[in-house]
Amino acid sequence: MILRPGAKVNIPSDMAHSFKGGGLWDSLSLTSLPGRMFCVYPSTKTYFPHFDLHHDSEQIRHHGKKVVGALGDAVRHLDNLSATLSELSNLHAYNLRVDPVNFKLLSHCFQVVLGVHLGREYTPQVHVAYDKFLAAVSAVLAEKYR
Amino acid sequence: MVNWTPDEKHYITSLWAKVNVEECGGEALARLLIVYPWTQRFFSAFGNLSSPTAIMGNPKVRAHGKKVLTSFGDAVKNLDNIKATYAKLSELHCNKLHVDPENFRLLGDILLIVLATRFAKEFTPACQAAWQKLASVVAHALAHQYH
Repeated sequence: MILRPGAKVNIPSDMAHSFKGGGLWDSLSLTSLPGRMFCVYPSTKTYFPHFDLHHDSEQIRHHGKKVVGALGDAVRHLDNLSATLSELSNLHAYNLRVDPVNFKLLSHCFQVVLGVHLGREYTPQVHVAYDKFLAAVSAVLAEKYR
Repeated sequence: MVNWTPDEKHYITSLWAKVNVEECGGEALARLLIVYPWTQRFFSAFGNLSSPTAIMGNPKVRAHGKKVLTSFGDAVKNLDNIKATYAKLSELHCNKLHVDPENFRLLGDILLIVLATRFAKEFTPACQAAWQKLASVVAHALAHQYH
């Protein structure tokens, strides 16, 4: 589901602010995102044979920080996702070659973590904004695959 | 026949005991209609679905959400026999309602997000994994009689 040119994903400004700094984005719950995904969807571990996959390993949290950082970058450039994620798009297409179905799995876990962290504040309106945003990011990451 | 570990059964039954079926069911269905608006195609008789506020406040959405989640509870009560439990409903969804089984997966994922917002810390990765499995088994059972 690609964003229409000119269409803006509606991310409320206080949410966008959360992307900028501490709080939500430094919290353990977000950096443990890959760990949650490995637990819920064990097949995703096949892309990390070189990792220490024990619960909450330093490698997992470090990788979680990278992923969350990239998403934060994306949210600050909603009107220019292709360019912002171009390097990552190349990496996934030519190097990592992660099957795109896994982007959906990570996106879902990300939304669960947001739900856990934000509770009632994760309203349906915020939910649909994030769902659109994550779908757009996934599409950009896969756009050079073939 | 699905293989449930004792831990998985515990995560499922203990969380279910605390679920407000009317509220969670209503919210899950409302979110489905808001986040994936094309799912509204099945609910043309439900009246005003013109905005998230309208959907959240729609009494038919709430009532139907409660009905759907109550039915989900049948799976929790019959973990060792889910396919048989949903055989009739599966036929209904295929032959009468003509629902694409992808919608069962969408609703299952939405339900998990609703549980996450309500149970927070208790919705650990292991708990989510058990519930993800349950949602997937229910979706599979509902699609099983499709032809």
